[in-house]
Amino acid sequence: MDIAVEIDRVSRRFGEIVALDSVSLSIRRGEFFSLLGPSGCGKSTLLRLIAGLDQPDSGTIRIGGQDVTGLPPFRRPVNMVFQDYALFPHLSVEENVAFGLRYKGVPRGEQAAHAAEALALVQLKGFEQRRPHELSGGQRQRVALARALAMRPQVLLLDEPLGALDQRLREDVQVELKNLQKRLGITFVFVTHDQEESLTMSDRLAVMNRGRVEQSGPCREIFETPGTEFVARFMGAPNIFTARVRGAVEGVLSVTLPGGGDLRLADGDPGARWSAGQQVRFIVRPERLELLADSSEPVKSPVIPVIVRDRVYRGVSTSWIVEAGHGDRFLVTRQSGSRDGSGEAFEVGSRALLCWDPAHTVLLRTEG
Amino acid sequence: MSRDVPPARRSAPWLLLAPTWLTLGLLLVLPLLLMLGISFRERDVYGGLKPIEDLGATVVSGAFLANYTRSLEPIYLAIAWRSLWMAVVTTAVCLVIAYPVAYCIAAVAPPRWKTVLLGLVVIPFWTSFLIRTYAWMFLLRTEGLINTALLGSGLIGKPLELLYRDGAVLAGLVYGELPFMILPLYASLEKLDRTLIEAARDLGAGRLASFFRVTVPLTFPGIAAGVVLVFIPSLGQFIVSDLLGGAKTMLAGNLIQNQFAVARNKPFGSALAFELTAAVLLCLLVYALAVRRAGREPLL
Repeated sequence: MDIAVEIDRVSRRFGEIVALDSVSLSIRRGEFFSLLGPSGCGKSTLLRLIAGLDQPDSGTIRIGGQDVTGLPPFRRPVNMVFQDYALFPHLSVEENVAFGLRYKGVPRGEQAAHAAEALALVQLKGFEQRRPHELSGGQRQRVALARALAMRPQVLLLDEPLGALDQRLREDVQVELKNLQKRLGITFVFVTHDQEESLTMSDRLAVMNRGRVEQSGPCREIFETPGTEFVARFMGAPNIFTARVRGAVEGVLSVTLPGGGDLRLADGDPGARWSAGQQVRFIVRPERLELLADSSEPVKSPVIPVIVRDRVYRGVSTSWIVEAGHGDRFLVTRQSGSRDGSGEAFEVGSRALLCWDPAHTVLLRTEG
Repeated sequence: MSRDVPPARRSAPWLLLAPTWLTLGLLLVLPLLLMLGISFRERDVYGGLKPIEDLGATVVSGAFLANYTRSLEPIYLAIAWRSLWMAVVTTAVCLVIAYPVAYCIAAVAPPRWKTVLLGLVVIPFWTSFLIRTYAWMFLLRTEGLINTALLGSGLIGKPLELLYRDGAVLAGLVYGELPFMILPLYASLEKLDRTLIEAARDLGAGRLASFFRVTVPLTFPGIAAGVVLVFIPSLGQFIVSDLLGGAKTMLAGNLIQNQFAVARNKPFGSALAFELTAAVLLCLLVYALAVRRAGREPLL
């Protein structure tokens, strides 16, 4: 596999704060890669280290196979779209886009043509002579993109470039940006705190937390089989179940739920050693959980009696927060107008049965 | 529109501005007009004003402009040229010294040091400018601090003549005007968005290129304001050249001061003062045009 950016055990501290703690990542050539995490997780710091705007305390960064650790930003084949765009206010749109061309050795006479080409990519023809302050937020974002693309970087770095746009525009730009990336075939490294945005756009992503990479992989894998509790919660699956191991036979794990029910799970981690009585944790996505009336005869295997604590109607879906006897709370979501409309009957305070198809159970990595 | 505003309220802004107009009128416009009048007159033997005998003839013959024509004589033009040159050099030296200083305070120094450093820039103002200029005499005199130190260390055999030279005047001017360059530069460097410099470096510009293509143009209002604040007072300075330049260095300021205090020729002094004011206004006009052309908010 052709690697565009390789981060090898990179650490960075700011005084007492550890911004990055021995992070390793490989970003493939031509892919749309997202760094996803809450603010302060180190994703922007990592992006700045790739750009060369900051240097790591330890570790190595390779771009296109070449060690660039310690090199200044202007010696790296990467360009950045800054969070607030960082357009030069004293220059016109065209001058902004052409700013770096002379350092790439583009002859003076060809710079305007290069800039025009980049502006055409982002559909901003006819705005060449405007000043940044005469543009809308969306247009400024495009100029910032054109300015970076005009440099024809091997890797384009984007630091939450859609953060300042309103929701509707944001969704349009997400699709456009993704299409542009496919068309140009440039590696994009995209920093965001919005899980939906990262899923919409990326091929693969890394979820970061407290200066570490919690999990990295293709979007679907991370969404459907989160490895840790943090990733599960960040991906909108806050349902953490605990159970005790009864035994493991040929990749099938049998566990006991706190309520007393039994569950057989496919053990996705062949290297793991299980001992009887050991505590394990697993998740089930809210849309995979089902609520049944208290009186009904359970058909599916795991069944947990619960009390409905809250109900939220969201238009396309309805969510319930239910509480099991041992105090754990779970989120159940059902699409509106799905097969049986009985869901609406679960009023706050009523009793119900929580069940799911065991195939949708995702075992979490045991930590420590 | 003002259609619905009652008359009383419409006149309110003018009433509120009245004190300003009154102060400006009595303390600035009126004295200036008096001086303008005097500049067209002739001095009498005792340093007063000669009475006008025939107003019509004076106007028609152009004799009322005599003081202005006299100021164009080579000896005065030479002084004007010297003053201009000194002011230009002072401004340039101030800019070159002040920019790194302001940059360090704004961008390099840790935040808690900023106030202290700015305080150090302002502290000299607590002492009278005259006294501080005298202090320079003590430094530069033949038996002054610098010569004593150099002689003591054996670097020179006989004292250097530092005082009463152009260099001494320049040192005094730069010393006096430096804070007026540092402060506006600091103000605009402080506002500078650091990510713009990062963007320039990301786009391939080295340190020098990003400085001249981003930092300097974006701090242009500060540079322009500093240049104006230093250049104008330097043009009219007379204390520094009087004390540090001796009799040899006469600047426009000294010339004017001499006309009033020594030569007792108020009309000629007034005419010279008016020419200096005109030169200053011209500078301000150039400043305003330059800032507007750069499409920027002026700092002054």
